[in-house]
Amino acid sequence: MDTIEQNSQDVQPVRTEPESVRSAKHSRRAFLFKLSLLVNGAVGAVMAVPIIGYLLGPAEKKDSSYDSWVTLGPLTDFPEGETRLVNYRNPVTTSWDGQTGDVPCWVRRVSGTTFQVFAINCAHLGCPVRWFAQSKLFLCPCHGGAYYADGSRASGPPERGLFEYEHKVTGDTLMISAGKMPTLANQARNETPLLQIEGADSAKRLRAVEQPVPRCGSCQG
Amino acid sequence: MSGLRQRGVALYNWFERRLGLGTPIVEAVEHEVPENTSSWWYVFGSAATVLLGLQVMTGILLALVYSPSASNAWNSLQFLDHNVKLGWFLRAMHGWGSDFMIAIVLIHMAQVFIFGAYKFPRELTWIIGVFLLLLTLGMAFTGQVLRFDQDAYWGLGIGASIMSRVPLIGGWLVDMMLGGPIIAGPTLTRFFALHVFVIPGILLGMVGLHLWMVLRLGINDWPMPGRIVRKSTYVREYHELTTRTGIPFVPDAAWKDAIFAAAIMLSVIACALFFGPFGPTGQPDPTIIQTAPKPDFAFLWIYAVLAYLPPSLETPVMFIAPVLGIGAMLLLPLVAGEGEKHWSRRPVAVLMLAVIAVTLGVFTRLGTYTPWSPIMEAWTSDPIPLAYLHDRTPLERQGAIVLQDKQCRNCHSIGGAGGLRGPALDAIAARMTEDQMVRQVLQGGGNMPAYGNALNPSETTALVRFLTTLRGNDLSPATDASRHLALSSETPGTPTPPRAP
Repeated sequence: MDTIEQNSQDVQPVRTEPESVRSAKHSRRAFLFKLSLLVNGAVGAVMAVPIIGYLLGPAEKKDSSYDSWVTLGPLTDFPEGETRLVNYRNPVTTSWDGQTGDVPCWVRRVSGTTFQVFAINCAHLGCPVRWFAQSKLFLCPCHGGAYYADGSRASGPPERGLFEYEHKVTGDTLMISAGKMPTLANQARNETPLLQIEGADSAKRLRAVEQPVPRCGSCQG
Repeated sequence: MSGLRQRGVALYNWFERRLGLGTPIVEAVEHEVPENTSSWWYVFGSAATVLLGLQVMTGILLALVYSPSASNAWNSLQFLDHNVKLGWFLRAMHGWGSDFMIAIVLIHMAQVFIFGAYKFPRELTWIIGVFLLLLTLGMAFTGQVLRFDQDAYWGLGIGASIMSRVPLIGGWLVDMMLGGPIIAGPTLTRFFALHVFVIPGILLGMVGLHLWMVLRLGINDWPMPGRIVRKSTYVREYHELTTRTGIPFVPDAAWKDAIFAAAIMLSVIACALFFGPFGPTGQPDPTIIQTAPKPDFAFLWIYAVLAYLPPSLETPVMFIAPVLGIGAMLLLPLVAGEGEKHWSRRPVAVLMLAVIAVTLGVFTRLGTYTPWSPIMEAWTSDPIPLAYLHDRTPLERQGAIVLQDKQCRNCHSIGGAGGLRGPALDAIAARMTEDQMVRQVLQGGGNMPAYGNALNPSETTALVRFLTTLRGNDLSPATDASRHLALSSETPGTPTPPRAP
């Protein structure tokens, strides 16, 4: 052990000094080493293309390319004036998705063939909203978001109303265009949040009354 | 015996001659540290490292059975809990180990902060420590996802919804997070890869760096008021202190670390034995919506903050606050790298720590009982207290039924039962007049939805009549001051209101 240690201590300084002298920057070996670095850099760049492509794969598809028409059931399943929970199998799944491939949504039949189909996900942070028929509200268990029967925002932290699916009535069945989890990123509409009638509205009305109607300066009379 | 011993020494030497690791390791563990660092306050870092070891070990053991597939993950956890011998105990150790690790890492960080240990020359040690905290929290979040139950599923929904709010690249981030259009198989496998390979790899590497720097720069000496850190003199002063009062880290100082680590391990084992594993709660079936998702303990405070932010502030706060917070932690040692270390000379630091601790504590406490959430099953539970039905007219009693039927108690409590989202109604008539109540019920306001469409006029009348009888312990009913004024001005001679408001 001692011999190895001493050897290495003896050898190292001897080895390093002349080497640094010998390996002048312009030597062939130094050039080849730099070249090898360059080659490896190029190989790395070539390899990075498929790796990054693979990683970004899920984000490359367009949102709409996931969507397709899904049957929710015959119209007779939805009594007029009621809001019902309906499950459908997401059109895009893997065979190992299990239960997570089933997606619920709220179907409101206003009358005849007038429907509203709401996403289950709260517009605040995606928790499952529940319909309360007696108080005619959708309530969210997570942070207390509340929506009226037509999906518009009633109170709580959501900025907007419930997400709605595009739907159509084909023959006797109700279909929706679904495929992607609705979030603010793919559903964002420029919807002004509902103002509470109390404070904001009356204040605005008062201001409107108090402010004189702007006059046209250049007009005569 | 001596022959055996000799053979042992020979064997050691055989390896040592080839590995050459024994000598530097012995030197490292026996290196001298200032005597005043041998303290019970200096045991948290090593305890966190030991807990990381426990997590790695129990994690590998769980991976022997766990199936990272969306259709089977939940079943494999049930299998671990009920069919694999001691599987429940390993799950419990891993779960409790993670809670303990977060707690110890936070305590370690607070101790380092309050002892000024992040100052020169240990700035980078602190900065890497900040990343270690973030990685530990990353492990906790991804681990919660792997417990693929209802909370995990909707927790992913919350995560995706937060991501979706990022300007411009929100949709892209959601896709990258979920690995597909919905929360499903590819989502779980990505979180599996993060929890099992990516984050632990970075974490272990950074712990190595962190430890290396502790060895290289020395353990922070016990702060003294007036002993000021200066870049020009600190290293020499520390060196002098070490030569004057130095004791070998092992065994003279390390025994406290060892005892504390053992105590922490015993606590983890005890919690695992007595409280068992976490969940899994219900199956990760999104069609089962009778659930109130909640994150794990470490994230409850964020859950609470998200409930209290006003809608218009929420997105900016969500993305600016973490950048500021993490940025401040990272910049702290670079900005305050010199100066006093002792807490008695750093009142702002002490105050900051106290405020942060109390804030986190309060929000976590709120997160445990979520007063902002409607109680979703309230309308089926307790009836209106009998006392509130005595001596009421039929119309008022009808109003009590309306209150019960229309699920008012999802948000309002009465007789101590019901939600906390809105105010308790037991003394509502002492605060609101009948007219105000009608307006509030029909039009909503504040945090209350409008019920104009959900109640017909007779229901509204009955409900409000009932509410006007709720005056707590016989408080005087609310009056409309302007009405009183109007009445008194109509009939001159009536006395002015007896009480000033």
